[in-house]
Amino acid sequence: MTVKIKENKPSSQLQDNGTKSTHHSTKNFKISDIFVKILIYFMLLTISVIVIVPIIWIVGAAFNPGNSLFSSTIIPKNFSTVHFRTLFRETDFPIWYKNTLKIATINMFVSVLLTTSAAYVFSRYRFKGRKFGLMTMLILQMFPSFLAMTAIYVLLLQVGLLNTHMGLILVYATGQIPYNTWLAKGYFDGIPRSIDEAAKIDGASNLMIFRKIILPLAKPIIAFIAITNFIGPWMDFILPRLILRSADKKTLAIGLWEMAVQQHNTKFTVFAAGSVLVAIPITILFIYLQKHIVEGLTKGAVKS
Amino acid sequence: MNKPKKAAILSLLFMGLGQFYNKEKIKGIIFAAIEIFILINIPYFTYSFWGLITLGETPQYFYNGLAYGDHSIFLLIQGIIAVLVIFIFILIYILNVTDAQRTAIAREKGIKPMSFKSFVKYSFDKYFPYIILTPCFILMLFLTVLPLLFSISIAFTNYAAPFKLPPKNLVDWVGFENFRNLVNMPIWNSTFIGVAIWTVIWAVLSSVTSYFAGLFLALLINAKEVKLKKFWRSIFILPYAIPAFISILVMRLMFTGLGPINSIVVSLGFERVPWLTNSTLAKVMLILVNIWLGAPYFMALMSGILTNVSNDLYEAADIDGATRFQKFTKITLPLVFHATSPLLILSFTHNFNNFMIIFLLTSGNPANPAYRYAGDTDILISWIYKLTLEQNQFHMASVVSILIFIFIATVSALTFSKTKSFKEEDLMQ
Repeated sequence: MTVKIKENKPSSQLQDNGTKSTHHSTKNFKISDIFVKILIYFMLLTISVIVIVPIIWIVGAAFNPGNSLFSSTIIPKNFSTVHFRTLFRETDFPIWYKNTLKIATINMFVSVLLTTSAAYVFSRYRFKGRKFGLMTMLILQMFPSFLAMTAIYVLLLQVGLLNTHMGLILVYATGQIPYNTWLAKGYFDGIPRSIDEAAKIDGASNLMIFRKIILPLAKPIIAFIAITNFIGPWMDFILPRLILRSADKKTLAIGLWEMAVQQHNTKFTVFAAGSVLVAIPITILFIYLQKHIVEGLTKGAVKS
Repeated sequence: MNKPKKAAILSLLFMGLGQFYNKEKIKGIIFAAIEIFILINIPYFTYSFWGLITLGETPQYFYNGLAYGDHSIFLLIQGIIAVLVIFIFILIYILNVTDAQRTAIAREKGIKPMSFKSFVKYSFDKYFPYIILTPCFILMLFLTVLPLLFSISIAFTNYAAPFKLPPKNLVDWVGFENFRNLVNMPIWNSTFIGVAIWTVIWAVLSSVTSYFAGLFLALLINAKEVKLKKFWRSIFILPYAIPAFISILVMRLMFTGLGPINSIVVSLGFERVPWLTNSTLAKVMLILVNIWLGAPYFMALMSGILTNVSNDLYEAADIDGATRFQKFTKITLPLVFHATSPLLILSFTHNFNNFMIIFLLTSGNPANPAYRYAGDTDILISWIYKLTLEQNQFHMASVVSILIFIFIATVSALTFSKTKSFKEEDLMQ
């Protein structure tokens, strides 16, 4: 106890200088300080356990031989990679992986291009229909609908894009336009206009200003839009089920979802192995880029 | 008649004529080609409009193994597509007339018409916003507006199992009958009200709990006693980083009747707990799992804001002898609220339609026999899912979608118009 009090001496002096607190109350404050510290670390640890247990459990299940959800213990008794082998030999996992990677990558580029260019125009130009366009986008994305899926299905069927990755990418890229355009526009609004006006005086064209001036300054929001659009296809199992009809076109999310739901949990451990393989790259990517994600999100959506 | 008027009228008569009159051949050919394309397709458009109005006249039948007859839903969608194409055509038509007139005026003033190449360059500069937005506009028109118009139209038809399901049957326009039925028929009415009440409770509780849980985590990490802040933050952000559908499915499996959580409960000498099968408990579980998933997002957001709060404020408060609690309620909380309250509203609208967590964790179960096609934990959007993809009750699903839309749009409009950020925006110019 006494040692701890000594350690905190400097701040207690500061406290004494600024306030009329007596010696007695300062000592009380110190004891409660230690109590607070213990409490804080206790909470940090408890929350960490709550966060991590489901993750450890699924990783454990992936390496646990046997296929039942109920026999899996948290730490596998016999470490085994049998489920990973099953995944690659007996399911189309590699094809799903390849399909998803392809869809996610193309979707990322298309979406970033559409969104940033639209946001740039909405942020920098004043034209007839601008206000209407912004409001319409905001309202359109609020309509909840699974009925819309029927219309999308028939439309893609009529133009021959059903059961193609191209069709799915178009639906994804279009669906993200309203929200991300608003977000990116919010970010662009924060970039001083004087910069591009100066460039305009120097004779830069519209496209040049966008490419050479705005885009480099907007890296965080571009990173945010790119990541969210890259991650999206890995998670969605609703639209692919509607649009992609044949087995060789499937994405990971459908494959995993079918494993988890349809087989009375007998494929649970294979599902776990697949989930681990999906979650690891995405989690690493996310943690690695979290600074950009948070910054893009904060500056795009939060106004101070 | 003066030349501009003549050019405009010529272009009005047939697209491209005014351009030829102005001696702009390439433009004229392009406009004329568009008009010819539409004229060739007149039978297609008349068929589409007939389909849109009647929704078909002969149900599907088979003759020599081939299917004949009308499919009402295909006709409806084709009709809406035709309306949208005509809409684009009218836009081009207006463009064509004004262009002819403008060029003619320029010619009268003695300005030489531009070559096609320099015209393209000139319009790319002058109409830059429109040109950039065209791909977005076309995509959204067909993949957002068309599905939306279709969804709304269904509310005014009797498209539903078992008797009005194409291709075997035709669907009819029925006006506001479905809306009346939702109000008058007790089974629809009680399901709607029951599900709607839980939806609102869910949306409020789930947003508020994860908002404050996120704030709590951010404050915890930001506390001056905590070392290795980055380490803790990386752990706490994990649930946001892991694909949500995987973690929700994992939670579902963990808490099923015979799952690992219950085997721990049993080994401790208790009865099995019906985590996801008891109505109240399942609702509590939904909120808890949602905190697990949603709090890290708010934590990440708020730690950004907390680190930006100037230290001077706290030092000044220290000098004035403020307690930790006072500093929190008088400085931290108002600042965080001010910056993030619009996001709390966004989170509310998001959770109002948070289909994924309900569908994956409980699938709306336990089932409620007093409800029509809905369970106790179903929210409106997951009820709509069941109505459309499981029960084929498209007409009611559409009515409920429209009601949700009106509600969400009103809530958002009210809050957005009050938000400072929206007023500062020159939308209100």
